[in-house]
Amino acid sequence: MSATPAIETRGLRKVYPLPKPAKAVSSPFGPPPARPEGTPPPAGAREVLALDGLDLEIGTGEFFGLLGPNGAGKTTTIGILTTRVLPSGGSAKVSGHDVVKESVAVKQRIGVVPQRANPDMSLSVRENLVFHASYFGIPRGVATAHAQMLLERFGMGEKANGKVNELSGGQQQRLMIARALMHEPEVLFLDEPTVGLDPQARLALWEILREMHAQGRTIVFTTHYMDEADRLGDRLAIVDKGKLLAIDTPARLKEQAPGGTLVQLTLDGPAAPVVESARTLPGLVKIEARDGVVMAYAERPGEVIPGLLKLSEQSGRTVRDIHLVPPSLETLFVAMTGRGLQ
Amino acid sequence: MSVTPAPASTALPRLPHERRPVSAVQVFWALFARDVRVIQREFVSFLVRTTMQPLLFIVVFGYLLTKMGYLAPTYSASLLPGILGVTLALASLQSMVLPMVADFGWTREIDDRLLSPAPIEIVALEKTISAMLQGILSALFVLPVARLVMGPIPGFTLAHAGEVVLVCVLGSATFSTLGLVLGTAVQPQQIGLMFSVILTPMFFFGCAYYPWAGLDVMPALKYGVLVNPLVYVAEGMRAAMTPSLPHMDLRIVLAAMLGMSVFFWVVGIRSFRKRAVS
Repeated sequence: MSATPAIETRGLRKVYPLPKPAKAVSSPFGPPPARPEGTPPPAGAREVLALDGLDLEIGTGEFFGLLGPNGAGKTTTIGILTTRVLPSGGSAKVSGHDVVKESVAVKQRIGVVPQRANPDMSLSVRENLVFHASYFGIPRGVATAHAQMLLERFGMGEKANGKVNELSGGQQQRLMIARALMHEPEVLFLDEPTVGLDPQARLALWEILREMHAQGRTIVFTTHYMDEADRLGDRLAIVDKGKLLAIDTPARLKEQAPGGTLVQLTLDGPAAPVVESARTLPGLVKIEARDGVVMAYAERPGEVIPGLLKLSEQSGRTVRDIHLVPPSLETLFVAMTGRGLQ
Repeated sequence: MSVTPAPASTALPRLPHERRPVSAVQVFWALFARDVRVIQREFVSFLVRTTMQPLLFIVVFGYLLTKMGYLAPTYSASLLPGILGVTLALASLQSMVLPMVADFGWTREIDDRLLSPAPIEIVALEKTISAMLQGILSALFVLPVARLVMGPIPGFTLAHAGEVVLVCVLGSATFSTLGLVLGTAVQPQQIGLMFSVILTPMFFFGCAYYPWAGLDVMPALKYGVLVNPLVYVAEGMRAAMTPSLPHMDLRIVLAAMLGMSVFFWVVGIRSFRKRAVS
C-alpha cells in the first residue's frame, strides 16, 4: 500500500431524513432505501441511519469489494466517495482529497459506473463517450479515437453511431464502464455492476474488470453476490446496517467463518431448548439459536441432521424448513448477522 | 436482452493524453457544446414543441378572427409582441423543466454531468443559459412566421434592436430560472398538474393576448397580475416593438425581470443542490 491511500474514511456517518412514510414505500423514484430490510424504524422516527461510523482504508491499485445485503449502506458509501451524497459525520478522502471540501479535485480523479445505466439518450453511443471526455478537457480528436478503441474492445464498435436505446442491457452497462474510463480515472467505482445482467454478460464484465485491475487501477465495487465478491476482490469489506463487520482478503474471511456447512433448521417455535439439548450431538462444530432457527455448523451435515430432527421432535417442535449453506462468505455473513445476503 | 458475443481479448486501450486540470469555464463550454449538439439534432421537433401553440394562436387570433371581423385589425399589433413573449417564456421554461424533472425523477442522465470536474452550480448555470438560448431561438422563429401570417402590423418596429435584445435576454432568464425552480421541485407524476394549475393561468393572465393597460376594465386583476412574470415579458416586448402603443415603462419591466431572475435563481439553485447531492 502506498503512502496516500486511494480511499480513506474515518467514522463516516450518514443519516437520511425520513420522507413521509407512504411516499417512501410507494415512490419508485426516491433515493435508495436506506433502511435495512426487515427493520422498520422505531415509531415516530424522523430519520434513518444509513452509515454508522464506517472506517475504511483502500490502497492504490487495490481491487476492493463492498459486500452486504440490500440496504447495508453500500450505495451510500459509494455515493459519499463520489461526492453525490453529503456525509452527516466523519470524513472521507479520495486520493488524499476531502470529498466535501475538495469535491472538484475528487471528481477529476474518479470514474463512476452507476447501479442503473444512465447513458445520455439524446446522444449517439460514441458521442456519449466523446462528450463525457470533453467535460474533462480531453480534445475531441483524441477522445474520438479513444472512444472507438474502447467501443471495439467492448464489442460495440459497429454500434458507435447508433442510438443508445438500441444497445442491450449488457452493452449499456459496458458503455457505462467505457464512459467512466474515458478520462483515465485513478479510482473506478462500480455500484452493483452486474445486477440485471445475464450470466454471459456478467462473465464478460468480470473479464473487463480484471483487466482494468491488471492495468493498475484502483477499483471499488459493491455487490450483494458473494460469489462475485469472492472471485473478483483482492480484499473485501462486509457491511451491514451501516457498519463494517469484517475486512480482509476473501480467503482469510472464509477462514473466519465457523467451520463446516451451516445447517439451518426452521422450527415452529423457540429454538433455544432444541439447541441446549443438541450441544452434545457428535459431529457439531458450533450450534446456536436465533429466534425460531437452529443454526448448526458441521463438517458432515448429513450426520447431524437426523439427530437434530429427533431432538426437535422430542422438544415438541415441528421442523418447517431445512437449509444447507456450504462454507463460504455467506456462512460468515449469516454467522455475523443471522441473516442471509440476498 | 440479446446475447452479445464476449469482447475480443485485445488489451484495454489507454488514453494517450496527459491529464490537465480543467477550469469551471471549460467544463461550462463542454456542457454547452453537448446541448448545442442535441438542439441541432432535434431542431425540427424542438421548434414544433415550442412554437406550435403560439403559431396556432397567431393563425386564429391574428388572422382568422380579424378576417371574420370579430377583432379589429389593430389587435394584431397588441397580439404579436405578446405572442413573442409567450413563445420566449414557454420555450425557456419547457427547455428547463421537462429535462430536469426527467433527469432528477428517473433517468438520472444528469449524474454524468454532475460528476464533471466543476462545482455542480456550473451544471445548473449551463442548463439555464442553454434554456435561454432555446427560448430566444423559438421567438426568432415565430417572429417572421407571424409577420407572414398577420400581414403588415401598424406601429410595429424593430428599430429599437437594443431594447428587443435586452427584453429577450432578461425575459428568457426569468423563465429559465423559474424553470429551475419548478424543474427541481416538481415530481414526475405532478407535471400535468403543474401545467394546468400554474402554467395555464400564468399564460392567460400574462397580458400576452391583451395589453396590461387594457386591464383598466378590471382594476383588481390589473394589480393582481403583477406577480405574474409573463406580464413583464409581454409588456417589455410591447415597449420594445410597438412603442407607440400603450405599454408598461420599460425601466420597470427590466427591473422586474432582473429581480425575478435573481430571486428564481437563488431559490432554484438551493433546490437544485438538494436534488443533486442528497
